[in-house]
Amino acid sequence: MDIQNHRIVITGVGLAAPGADNLTSFRKQVLAGTSKITEVDLRYFGKAPAGICSFDETRYRKKKENKRGTRAGCLGVYCANEALVDAGLSIDHYKRARIGVYTGLTEHGTIETENEVYNISQYDYNVDYWTHHHNPRTVLNNPAGEITMNLGITGPHYSIGAACAAGNASLIQGVQMMRLGEVDMALAGGISESTGSFGIFASFKAQGALGTAEDPRQACKPFDMSRNGIVVSEGACIYVLETLENALKRGAKIYAEIVGYAMNSDARDYVLPFSERQTECMQLALDRADMKPEDIDILNTHATGTKQGDIEECKAIRELFSDTKNTYINNTKSIIGHAMGAAGVLELAGNLPAFSDNYVHPTINVTNLDPECEMNNLVLNEAIQLDSVDTILNNSFGMVGINSVIIVKKHS
Amino acid sequence: MTRDAIKDLILEIIEDIDEDADFDTLQANQPLRDQLDLDSMDFLDIVMELRKRHKLQIPEEDYPELASLDSCVNYLEPLLKNA
Repeated sequence: MDIQNHRIVITGVGLAAPGADNLTSFRKQVLAGTSKITEVDLRYFGKAPAGICSFDETRYRKKKENKRGTRAGCLGVYCANEALVDAGLSIDHYKRARIGVYTGLTEHGTIETENEVYNISQYDYNVDYWTHHHNPRTVLNNPAGEITMNLGITGPHYSIGAACAAGNASLIQGVQMMRLGEVDMALAGGISESTGSFGIFASFKAQGALGTAEDPRQACKPFDMSRNGIVVSEGACIYVLETLENALKRGAKIYAEIVGYAMNSDARDYVLPFSERQTECMQLALDRADMKPEDIDILNTHATGTKQGDIEECKAIRELFSDTKNTYINNTKSIIGHAMGAAGVLELAGNLPAFSDNYVHPTINVTNLDPECEMNNLVLNEAIQLDSVDTILNNSFGMVGINSVIIVKKHS
Repeated sequence: MTRDAIKDLILEIIEDIDEDADFDTLQANQPLRDQLDLDSMDFLDIVMELRKRHKLQIPEEDYPELASLDSCVNYLEPLLKNA
């Protein structure tokens, strides 16, 4: 097998986040620290803070197809098309058989299954009323497959299941497949439709890990003493990945080069994170990028607003970055909630424009910083501008002990 | 149910599947699939809706009877006579 050490760059970004449907408006939102977290009312569960996306669902496919497919597919199709438009790429620029589609998912099929069980409950649980759409909607490759059907892509497509590290994991997969020579271009990112599932909210609640507040915009408060859990959001972000060589050849706008990544496993607990493995994961990504902690300008945390999770990550970060003067630390979830499988890639997108505007967006909703979450240069409540931002390290961790880190570098 | 009512029922179900469906030039004696943006999964939607709305269990071997609007009406008329 011909493994090539291609340099892989991000040349297009398509996204849908609670409060934004493109990178420009998303950047404005995170710099201003404006939360659009709202309240949802779910069957069986009731009300809870949540992040809901508003975007033009029929810009790239018909209502009929949205009805046939899944919410995740709808989000994915929108973001994949937006990413191509942003990259200035026609789908025919690369051979369609040489394009890969990789979608990171925390879970998939939960909503569809819940809906079908509810549907047959209206017919005395007679499974004759179970929809024939259930299987194509719930196969794990569904969102990636819906993207390929929409765009006529005949290269490989599949989903990466990696809990809330899935967005980063999918981006890593895209880079690896390009380096293996499997594909010439990748659409890689993460998608979450989790806000439609009462079970996900109920499970977090049962775990004592569902964020609440009188004002839903203040429910997600990583690092604050009053934090009480996760705010579930839907969202998606798909990147166009190309080799640096091809991107330069066509004069593409280059957002960043992916210079380092790592994934590892805690191997110890279903839900509790573990700082030692997180530190190891960040160190491995730094080693692969041939960087030291002081080479990182922005560190975007995974912190979700749970008591233990935030403390563990801060401990892991301090282990490597306590002596670092020029690394600024922030958290995007405080603004958009936890977009699950899309979290890593959306949060990276929220920070990518720092390479051109040199701002570090703030972490919001911190009025009483937990002493156990204190870190050098934690950017709270207001954005700050640096002389130059050249590198970003993005953490994304997930249940059953999965950790992922991506390091991107400004291309100049 | 009258023949016209059955025809309206089928068109209503198709409209639920695809609200952009254009019935203006639809020929009742020609296959629905050739004239509208429908595929095999959509026909299963029609079968399911008939089951939900009128408790009709249409056997798989009878699915071809739903090919055109006219054949739908012919097939469903005796089944829905008391509906």
